[in-house]
Amino acid sequence: MATTARRSKKAAEPASDPKQLLSFYHDMLLIRRFEEKAGQLYGMGLINGFCHLYIGQEAVVVGMQSAISNERDSVITSYRDHGHMLACGMDPKGVMAELTGRMGGYSKGKGGSMHMFSLEKKFYGGHGIVGAQVPLGTGLGFAHKYNEDGGVALVYLGDGAVNQGQVAESLNMAALWKLPVVYIIENNKYAMGTSVERATAGVELSHRGVPYGIPGEAVDGMDVLAVRDAGLRAVERARKGDGPTILDVKTYRYRGHSMSDPAKYRTKEEVAKMREQHDPIDHLRAILIDGKHATEEDLKVVDAKVKEVVVAAADFAQASPEPDASELYTDILIGG
Amino acid sequence: MPAMNMIQAVNSAMDIMLARDNDIVIFGEDVGYFGGVFRATEGLQKKYGLDRTFDTPIAEAGILGVAVGMGAYGLRPVVEIQFADYIYPALDQLVSEAARLRYRSAGEFTSPLTVRVPCGGGIFGGQTHSQSPESLFTHVCGLKTVIPSNPYDAKGLLISAIEDDDPVIFFEPKRLYNGPFDGHHDRPSGIWANHPLGEVPADYYKIPLGKANIVREGKDVTILSYGTMVHVAQCATEETGIDAEVIDLRTLLPLDIDTIVESVKKTGRCVIVHEATRTSGFGAELSALVQENCFYHLEAPIERVTGWDTPYPYSLEWHYFPGPDRVGAALKRVMEG
Repeated sequence: MATTARRSKKAAEPASDPKQLLSFYHDMLLIRRFEEKAGQLYGMGLINGFCHLYIGQEAVVVGMQSAISNERDSVITSYRDHGHMLACGMDPKGVMAELTGRMGGYSKGKGGSMHMFSLEKKFYGGHGIVGAQVPLGTGLGFAHKYNEDGGVALVYLGDGAVNQGQVAESLNMAALWKLPVVYIIENNKYAMGTSVERATAGVELSHRGVPYGIPGEAVDGMDVLAVRDAGLRAVERARKGDGPTILDVKTYRYRGHSMSDPAKYRTKEEVAKMREQHDPIDHLRAILIDGKHATEEDLKVVDAKVKEVVVAAADFAQASPEPDASELYTDILIGG
Repeated sequence: MPAMNMIQAVNSAMDIMLARDNDIVIFGEDVGYFGGVFRATEGLQKKYGLDRTFDTPIAEAGILGVAVGMGAYGLRPVVEIQFADYIYPALDQLVSEAARLRYRSAGEFTSPLTVRVPCGGGIFGGQTHSQSPESLFTHVCGLKTVIPSNPYDAKGLLISAIEDDDPVIFFEPKRLYNGPFDGHHDRPSGIWANHPLGEVPADYYKIPLGKANIVREGKDVTILSYGTMVHVAQCATEETGIDAEVIDLRTLLPLDIDTIVESVKKTGRCVIVHEATRTSGFGAELSALVQENCFYHLEAPIERVTGWDTPYPYSLEWHYFPGPDRVGAALKRVMEG
């Protein structure tokens, strides 16, 4: 991966607050264990259809979330969304119950893996169509600016989405109107089975904003601290009224695109190398231990706590009832 | 004859046409190197090269627009839109360009493109991977709309679509890719190798567009259906013991009105079955046509059995899906009428 050099440089200057480092570890581990459990429930037939796991990409949302204010700022993403919801502080029980299609899920089981929301946590979904969330997120940015609420919209998209026409349209509007938006390209190298090189002219995705005058930055997405630093810079720009930024965050998904992916487009060796040498959780664990910010015992306490939360979420997701058939016709039109 | 599932039949049609006609190019998201998310284009890039079968960016408007340009210059593009639910960004190119080019150039330009579109539910895809938007396209004059219900028809109809000089939207019900599906989701699914229409000639053949197929002859009631619902309708017929004539429309536009009218005049009753939502669905058009053409032969009101007017839900999928019980109930109602 081209960003290795940059990454080791960043890793040499970790944030000094041990509490924060430990909370990053907790949040990343929660996402990973949650996703592993979701994969298990899928294998047991309790989750159906489409389920896109976030394993490998945890540093991206955790780093970005630490750069914003939960009260003021809004978040929107596409369909690989479970990690974003957990990072936003949404209840793992409600997320897992949506995956199992139960009444206790965030969308009463009617949305499924790709379609969940929380107004309370300022999480605006969860969208199943590639790129479609990008103009929506641009609109969130407009609303922040219009309301003068000081908020910033974090708009996540994948490396495949960058070629959608509506993404180009959004970038132009965001720059034209100087909207407080950060576009975070989660570049995991593969749009389903098609690599960036096979579908994209100009693979430096941070340059996508150049014609609009939007600054861009390539970021090591396997290093939560590097993501955080880049996120802080971009959010500050947006908050000051200087307009949008594009972050090309280089990351990697360990699992298939979805649960039915034969993964013939990449080698087992490539996946193994990323897991063994560039894992974002291992990386942070090394910073914690080597820098004497935490002991093995401290981490074990976190592991146990995370496990408890995930088990409780899985139990809830199986105990919660399925929605009644009458729910078919609710929430289509207001009062109709 | 070899047994093929619907994916293999579609693949075979494209394979044959790539070999026969150098003007044919196949492209779409993941269709080249990866072989398509449903494997429909597997092996074609290897066999015919990168300039005949290739990957596109995720950019449906661009894909369709480029195809229209290629077609105007004499190529014959065969495009895959990965899921019907992804086709909406391309509507402008389909409606304003592909469908209208011939009319506004007084016949000088054509759009001889084929758009393959996996559609329908029954796979827990939720609202963005399950839709049946065929009536959006039948509403647009200048487009042809095809929906096969089995491998044999899929291959013959796809070859006709590719050779057709007009733009054809070719819907492939993805619940049928691996086997026939009668709507009983709680029972093991069938496989095409055990179905007569899973026997598919290896060579070139065509099924004409605009020709319906009477898949079961009967005298009591006519069922008009297409895609997955053809199998559901047959199942409901067997379960109720009502002697229904089941018509697989195969193409919605051009529509085989003669076969429909002849059948309804014979039976005096009509039930229309589709998976898409009800209001302004293609069933509404069929109902109007039957009424206009067969009014004095009807012995009961025409019934429609459709998906509900709701987004396709994730967890209530089988409540939404118009299964054999709902079709059977409608059959009983029209027989009492």
